[in-house]
Amino acid sequence: MLNIRQSLVDAMVAHARADHPDEACGVIAGPAGSDRPERFIPMVNAARSPTFYEFDSADLLRLYREMDARDEEPVVVYHSHTATQAYPSRTDIAYASEPEAHYVLVSTRDGVAQEDPVEVRSFRIVDGEVSEEPIEIVA
Amino acid sequence: MSVEVRIPTILRPYTGGDKNVTAEGATLGALIIDLDVRYPGIRERIVDEQGLRRFVNLYLNDEDVRFLGGLDTPVADGDSVTILPAVAGG
Repeated sequence: MLNIRQSLVDAMVAHARADHPDEACGVIAGPAGSDRPERFIPMVNAARSPTFYEFDSADLLRLYREMDARDEEPVVVYHSHTATQAYPSRTDIAYASEPEAHYVLVSTRDGVAQEDPVEVRSFRIVDGEVSEEPIEIVA
Repeated sequence: MSVEVRIPTILRPYTGGDKNVTAEGATLGALIIDLDVRYPGIRERIVDEQGLRRFVNLYLNDEDVRFLGGLDTPVADGDSVTILPAVAGG
């Protein structure tokens, strides 16, 4: 189960809408061991692609250095799908490398206007195995 | 030629959970071979027959080694090496 504040869900959705039709990506960091997402960190999709995302390698190093210095972990790793459902693709599964993270998928396939519905789902991806988990909004 | 290496979460099962370890080698390639002597099996998670794996980022101090000399990049005493899997997908 992913426990997360509504404002953080809204921030991921806003980022996905803003970058549509390219995929948006980022991290929500939280205190190490807490499993609590707190600090929203939108990242640049270096691939600038509607079907692929990748953090820029220099940004990635800066991100992990900063999280190490603050004793944080990537509690949530999120990205968007802009033409398909919010479910991990084969490449998502192949490259997933944070076994303790919640992988959040946001789908903007039904449009990016405020009234258009977006799909937000959360998964664990460990050793190539995907399991969906509920998202619980907390205060 | 002792160098500190930061190990990502996904490879810590090889290092008994340690996040920072030490290895030796005159080049990054040699360093990774030494790392594999200390932590058997870790090398093939970082390199394959072609060299550095496509979705593994290796940094010498602040530089992605793809912009240096790759696995042939010389390593000096006191350098630090960081291994980070790419955050990527489709």
